[in-house]
Amino acid sequence: MEIHMSSTSTIAAIATGLSDSGIGIVRISGPDAIKVGDRIFCSPSGKSVVRHLESHKLQYGCAVKEDRTVIDEAMAVVMKAPKSYTGEDTVEIQCHGGVLVMKKILETALKCGARLAEPGEFTKRAFLNGKKDLSEAEAVMDVIRSKNDYALISSARQLRGELGNTVRQIRKELLQEIAAIEAALDDPEHLSLEGYPEKLRVKLEEIRDKTEKLVDSAVQGRFMKEGISTVIVGKPNVGKSSLLNLLSGEDRAIVTDIAGTTRDILEENVNLHGISLNVIDTAGIRDAQDQIEQIGVEKARQYAGEADLILYVADSSLPLDENDREIFSLIKEKKIIVLLNKSDLKERISEEDIRLLAKPYLPGEGSFPVIRVSAKEKVGMEELENAIRDLFFQGDFFSHEQIVITNLRHREALQNACESVKLVLKSIENGMEEDFYSIDLMDAYRELGKITGEEVDDDVVEEIFSKFCMGK
Amino acid sequence: MPEIHEKVDICVIGAGHAGCEAALACARLGLETVIFTVSVESIALMPCNPNIGGTSKGHLVRELDALGGEMGKNIDKTFIQSKMLNVSKGPAVHSLRAQADKAEYSRQMRMTLENQDHLVIKQAEVCDLLWEEDNSLPSGEERGEGRIRKKTVTGVRTFTGAVYECKAVILCTGTYLKARCLCGESITYTGPNGLQAANHLSDSLEKLGISLRRFKTGTPARMDGRSIDYSRMEEQFGDERIVPFSFSTDPDTIQKDQVSCWLTYTNEKTHEIIRANLHRSPIYAGIIEGTGPRYCPSIEDKVVKFPDKERHQVFMEPEGLHTNEMYVGGMSSSMPEDVQLAMYRTVPGLEHCRIVKNAYAIEYDCIHAGQLYPSLEFKDIKGLFSAGQFNGSSGYEEAACQGLVAGINAAMSVFHKSPLILDRSESYIGVLIDDLVTKDNREPYRMMTSRAEYRLLLRQDNADLRLRKKGYEVGLVSEKQYHALLQKEMYIEKEMERLKHTMVGAGKEIQSFLVSHDSAPLKTAVSLGELICRPELNYQVLEEIDPERAVFARELCGKDRFPSDVIEQVEIEIKYEGYILRQKRQVEQFKKMETKRIPEAISYDEIPSLRIEARQKLKEFRPVSVGQASRISGVSPADISVLLVYLERYKKI
Repeated sequence: MEIHMSSTSTIAAIATGLSDSGIGIVRISGPDAIKVGDRIFCSPSGKSVVRHLESHKLQYGCAVKEDRTVIDEAMAVVMKAPKSYTGEDTVEIQCHGGVLVMKKILETALKCGARLAEPGEFTKRAFLNGKKDLSEAEAVMDVIRSKNDYALISSARQLRGELGNTVRQIRKELLQEIAAIEAALDDPEHLSLEGYPEKLRVKLEEIRDKTEKLVDSAVQGRFMKEGISTVIVGKPNVGKSSLLNLLSGEDRAIVTDIAGTTRDILEENVNLHGISLNVIDTAGIRDAQDQIEQIGVEKARQYAGEADLILYVADSSLPLDENDREIFSLIKEKKIIVLLNKSDLKERISEEDIRLLAKPYLPGEGSFPVIRVSAKEKVGMEELENAIRDLFFQGDFFSHEQIVITNLRHREALQNACESVKLVLKSIENGMEEDFYSIDLMDAYRELGKITGEEVDDDVVEEIFSKFCMGK
Repeated sequence: MPEIHEKVDICVIGAGHAGCEAALACARLGLETVIFTVSVESIALMPCNPNIGGTSKGHLVRELDALGGEMGKNIDKTFIQSKMLNVSKGPAVHSLRAQADKAEYSRQMRMTLENQDHLVIKQAEVCDLLWEEDNSLPSGEERGEGRIRKKTVTGVRTFTGAVYECKAVILCTGTYLKARCLCGESITYTGPNGLQAANHLSDSLEKLGISLRRFKTGTPARMDGRSIDYSRMEEQFGDERIVPFSFSTDPDTIQKDQVSCWLTYTNEKTHEIIRANLHRSPIYAGIIEGTGPRYCPSIEDKVVKFPDKERHQVFMEPEGLHTNEMYVGGMSSSMPEDVQLAMYRTVPGLEHCRIVKNAYAIEYDCIHAGQLYPSLEFKDIKGLFSAGQFNGSSGYEEAACQGLVAGINAAMSVFHKSPLILDRSESYIGVLIDDLVTKDNREPYRMMTSRAEYRLLLRQDNADLRLRKKGYEVGLVSEKQYHALLQKEMYIEKEMERLKHTMVGAGKEIQSFLVSHDSAPLKTAVSLGELICRPELNYQVLEEIDPERAVFARELCGKDRFPSDVIEQVEIEIKYEGYILRQKRQVEQFKKMETKRIPEAISYDEIPSLRIEARQKLKEFRPVSVGQASRISGVSPADISVLLVYLERYKKI
């Protein structure tokens, strides 16, 4: 049988964002990168220099078209394999960050023998060449697809290997324990396990807490990555629409209209200083009606059931009535923020009134933030943002110390590892012989290894590679 | 000059523990087999410790027996003390060890060989392997990295010139190839125990393209029992109820009087003498080039490695019933004679000891088993197999297991059948061979509990359930033995089912039973199985509240109780069900990688993203599966990912 593997091609892309920024980089990677680089860059005196460049040294000169006409002044750097991001020969042309200039340079590179890189392809090559571990590679994919800045920060942090480092540290600790047990089994004369279970228990409780914390962060991670699913409810004409408009106002955030996949309703993605809200506007259903119709209530009930956050809007200039009570009855155990709109008008209901009304329907103390807003005067938005941050990110959304798990696979692995650690703790509690510990310790160790890529799980490999658009 | 010229099926070179198993397996499968030994007196010789089994090695012997090997039966005939080790620990690490009457062990095995049909013993030194180049396949250069057999072995030639043509050769040369023994400054060029070394075969092997290396091992002194003061030592008895090694041995037939072993300790004085004379140790003085086993260290090694340890254990073990020689377990050494005597005499009870045989270290030629397939056939030489210490292992049990597998697979190759390959999840033998052929072992390989990842499934008590069927399929386990296994399986299954489905209520009788066993009273009805899971209860004590048991047993097996080996399985399987289940899940994961085969014709040079080191290692070891590839040192998980992707594509072409 003849085996044929397509030989690696040379790829090129704009490595910086497609916006007019200070500096732009066009990256070319692959076996012909230097050849291509030589055709699109020359020294100030017009000589081809790229092929003579020392690795990792900047060269001043010009980016040129294939007919050698100058596009712009630029810098070039050659990074020879394997000491580059991708592990292949790489040339980067750094130019002034105008979109037009970058596009021209890229076009020339493509004419000179490179092909346009697919999304994530540089990273794919880095992974394949052993330059990145699995978690780093995944994080890059997350960066490419993340919806907002915070998801980006979190992914970037994984990219720097913080998750990898933390997990590797835990793995190291687990391995030490496994080794201690195994060594004692093999050499009982010289290594005793007396008093060991108690020591192990303390250590494992620490590890359990650490992994649990990481698992918890995964919930936050989902909010960061996918946005908080939010429903606005309230009686007609209390200002729901104007509130939504305010939230999605052009001075605040990008609004993208996504037709709901299972719903025949618009879901708007609102970005509040980086917090992503996927807002379903129930107002859209009911505004045409004067009364709350049964169908409207049903819809509200359905959305409220699926939402992470409910924004309850009331007109503070009108008294509360049965309709408010009915809407509250739908909300139950959800996170809720009450917005008293039209705070610019004379206030007819107080915070107390709201809390009294809500009490029978909310669990516990029924504590929830009540914020006075005025869609008209544009006040209260900052308080709303802070309230959301408190509810979903324990306020420490900006903590740079925290690792947030934004990847479902990582969360699963952490959860499994945590369960295994708990099983060992149970074995200790039940007084099982030490040789039983290794089974679950090993499971925990392996699960964590799946995050860092130190354990090969072929399912994961397949999944990652399908993400990387590997050809069939 | 006329020479002897014979035609046989199989030649086995060496009649140690590997050679005996290999030869018996081949002959029992009906192949005409010759076993060569430099001395018929050394058949199944135990040149080191006078025992069989021990931690993890006991597992090996039971597995060997399940497959149809001889070692378990032979020790059952010749043991003089028997003990199940680690009974205070989990069932996975229980391990059987028996003290052997060495001379008797050797004599019995020799008799077994002598009485085996199709088997001939020949005292002769094999000096040459005969082979032919296989020209029917393109050369390596033309096929890139594609696997090619360059040679086929056709026979052997002895020192006297006799030629034995054969279809397969099994090398079981142990520690005899170019052996030299060291006792301090004195060096003799002999095999173990002063036996003749084999000095010619190495050259022939190298001509054949086999690369050799030097390993080293050692043994402690033997002492005159009359010179030992046992009153200063702790007596070590055998078990009251003896468990046989062989699944075919009826336990009732082997209960007998046992001899004792004795425990004593080294002390600071011993260690001082050793430290003061380290420069005279051939190892520390650099005379020995071979690499010794870390896990079977000499007393010098222990003193150097554990400087804070105030004492080390010393076991005095009898060498047999008809000798008063005692083996000094734990104090192997290659120190000069005078240092040996001085250090031994510091040990309580050995103050006036007389040494019969000095401790010595032995150095010998062996191979890196990376040159072998897991079938133990050489990758580049068709029909050539090897087993035992020659493959870089240490220990009688490790040798015997390889011998059996090499014997079976040599026979399978003659029959043109696929080889018997055991994996890591089904046996210690699988672990042993996989480690030998996959890992970069730099010292004699000794089996240890920790090497088996799935040891809760690989217990010594269930070796028959794991492997008997394979032995039967190969043809080494009789119809009767196999039938007995099926019956045992049936009893276990039925009794487990009954226990899991027999409910007991929270009645007065049950509650008072539980209270009397310090067990929490019931709130609702539970099954007997659930009660067995409680640490404080077990199958036996539950008899009191399980009136159906005897009836059920009688129905099935005609007795009031199931056989004790059935009860043992039922109890373990139920009590540790959760752990067993989780370990089985681990095995499933393992199997996924193991079943991803790597085609023989794969060319690692065509996989662009492999790192250079990984590429070299993969080319060198030529693993048969992705699983095996992942265990080669120098091959990283990232390389495995790359390999997986390549194979995915390969499949689709």
